[in-house]
Amino acid sequence: MKKTVVAIATLCVVGLSSTVAAKNAADTTPAQDLETYRSYFTKKFPGVPLQEFSNGVYAIDQISRDSWEAIEEFPPYEPFIEEGEELWNTPFANGKGYSDCFKDGPAQRKNYPHWNAERKMVITLPLTINECREANGEKPLKWKKGKLASLLAYMGYESRGQKTNVVIPEGDAGALTAYNEGKSQYFSRRGQLNFACASCHMQSSGMHVRTDILSPGLGHTTGWPVYRSKWGNLGTLHRRFGGCNQQVRAKPFKAQSKEYRNLEYFLTHMSNGIEFNGPSARK
Amino acid sequence: MRKSAKLTAMAASLAAVLAVSLVPVSSMAEGAKETIAKGKKLAYNRKLGNCLACHMMDDGVSPGDLGPPLVAMKARFPDPAKLRAQLEDPMAANPNTMMPPFGKHKILTADEIDAVIEYLYTL
Ligand code: HEC
Ligand code: HEC
Repeated sequence: MKKTVVAIATLCVVGLSSTVAAKNAADTTPAQDLETYRSYFTKKFPGVPLQEFSNGVYAIDQISRDSWEAIEEFPPYEPFIEEGEELWNTPFANGKGYSDCFKDGPAQRKNYPHWNAERKMVITLPLTINECREANGEKPLKWKKGKLASLLAYMGYESRGQKTNVVIPEGDAGALTAYNEGKSQYFSRRGQLNFACASCHMQSSGMHVRTDILSPGLGHTTGWPVYRSKWGNLGTLHRRFGGCNQQVRAKPFKAQSKEYRNLEYFLTHMSNGIEFNGPSARK
Repeated sequence: MRKSAKLTAMAASLAAVLAVSLVPVSSMAEGAKETIAKGKKLAYNRKLGNCLACHMMDDGVSPGDLGPPLVAMKARFPDPAKLRAQLEDPMAANPNTMMPPFGKHKILTADEIDAVIEYLYTL
């Protein structure tokens, strides 16, 4: 009995046909998924310590790691951390500030994303920042880049070293459904090119698409926001989700949509135990 | 002198015969060449075939390595229908494939797939 459950978990995580994942999304528990997902990568990349997976492709490719380490000498995200700190310390028009919403300071990464049982939804850090602004009569910031990304850079920097620990509260059917929706999303083929997230970041991780090496999905949520040379600025996790959907010619969901919040919930849970290390620099 | 004149005449008529018969042959070759060149362009173009994203092939620069190198296609795919099926819908052969369904999802038209196949058979 136990064996079949494990077999189904393996099937769901390794098998990529959308029907398999969708049909079986509810058949394995979040704890089982975490174990299967993590060991898939630690077996595929033996010798890479768990914490290293927070560095994306640089955990598995020495050549790109070398140039990344050179970039990290003068991190391109540094000015954004400074801007974020300034924003954090600038009072709203009503005299209040972010620290009135985040009572224990900017080091908040470890608390997000989380399930809110009353609101029956996954709450992310960017969402909370904009809700804080609106509660204080300020306009919400744009989700994907700009000031919000800078605030996240500052908060991420202050949170460095905190461990990912996303909880799917037991006995809360809503939380489990949100998690399973994120999981199905991850394993479902999408777009004209017909790839799932898992096609590229599990099955093909470590392989080359032209000269790009596909990063392992483990640790994918720890290093945000990311300064990407290709963007020429800082971007949020949901900006990246949208970009990856577009690459396969699928219509992206909106940043902070239910779909992406649930995807973030699932994917961050998969990185439980790995330290937050944002902001980061990427090619 | 007489001999060489005769030879010249012979050569000339031979050339004429050859020219007549060669015209359609060479224009056919031109047509095939064009199709092959078109197929190659489609295979390399990032927005169209983008086969190079995953396959080492021919003189393509910086190929990916998700799929096997495309070499000796005639020997490995004596049956063009098999090759066509792989381009139409690779999921039929391998449900977990990483290769996009070029025909089924209309990434390439039927004509474009024909051209790519012509090109593949030169590899
Ligand atoms: C066609 C292949 C492909 C698909 C499908 C795909 N991605 Fe990506 N993804 C990439 C490439 C290429 C990059 C940039 C190189 C890298 O870091 O892997 C990337 C980068 C990322 C990154 C940033 C990693 C880092 O360390 O900076 C995240 C997070 C990510 N993808 C998540 C997803 C999610 C979630 C999905 C599904 C919604 C998805 N990807 C689908 C190709 C893909
Ligand atoms: C994103 C990756 C990807 C792209 C793009 C891609 N392929 Fe493939 N291809 C594969 C993989 C992986 C295989 C291995 C068999 C399988 O899993 O279907 C394959 C197999 C093949 C095969 C069978 C080879 C064999 O030896 O059995 C042929 C032929 C082929 N591809 C041709 C093409 C052509 C032509 C194009 C472009 C029009 C193309 N592929 C684009 C990934 C890709």
